[in-house]
Amino acid sequence: MLELEFENSVLTAHLSGELDHHSAAVIRKKIDSKAEMLKPKTLKLDYRDVQFMDSSGIGLIMGRYRQMSLMGGNVEVTNVPPHLKRMFSLSGIETLGVMK
Amino acid sequence: MKYINEVKLNFPAKSANEAFARSAVAAFTMQLDPTISQLADIKTSVSEAVTNSIVHGYKGAGGVIYITVRISDDNVLSVKIRDKGCGIEDIEKAMEPLFTTGGEERAGLGFAVMQSFMDSIKVSSKVGKGTTVTLKKKITKDDP
Repeated sequence: MLELEFENSVLTAHLSGELDHHSAAVIRKKIDSKAEMLKPKTLKLDYRDVQFMDSSGIGLIMGRYRQMSLMGGNVEVTNVPPHLKRMFSLSGIETLGVMK
Repeated sequence: MKYINEVKLNFPAKSANEAFARSAVAAFTMQLDPTISQLADIKTSVSEAVTNSIVHGYKGAGGVIYITVRISDDNVLSVKIRDKGCGIEDIEKAMEPLFTTGGEERAGLGFAVMQSFMDSIKVSSKVGKGTTVTLKKKITKDDP
């Protein structure tokens, strides 16, 4: 599930529910088409309401990071809940400097 | 150690079935009275293995995924996920964290997650025949 919001050059994607290979493909397409249209400076990925995710939730960040870099923008990941922390630290995604 | 219960699932290798597979394994695991965190570890690992079969084993072209879940009398959950896909040429390489042939949307973390979230993982594979991943986790009360 996904809700998108655009304000002051920031595109915020509120993710919710279960994030796997299946749902991530749908979410990715929606975010990318909106980002191409609006050309935001920052894409904010809000993980607060993600109840479950496998490594597709990390792949989603890596892919958007590349997309936004190509457009000259950046990615911020916010509100990672405690139950997802292990996946995030295992992935080493912190080294991209996207965690806020 | 003796198996005291078992369930088998066969389903098409469609990404829409990833949620079904992990939820079904989780539902069967409930009889061991796992913690929320143990259940999440199992769901995540099953999701990784099933996704690997869909994306890599069958290369998105479909096929059948076979899962056998067993419970033994020493409270160990064993989940075997098998596909009859292309197989893995170099298992060691495939298990390296961040290695992926899945393109830029895949993190290359599948096996690393299974290794970290379960007690043990065994991978056997034959090129052209398919891959079997066996995951085990002991469900004990004192384990957080």
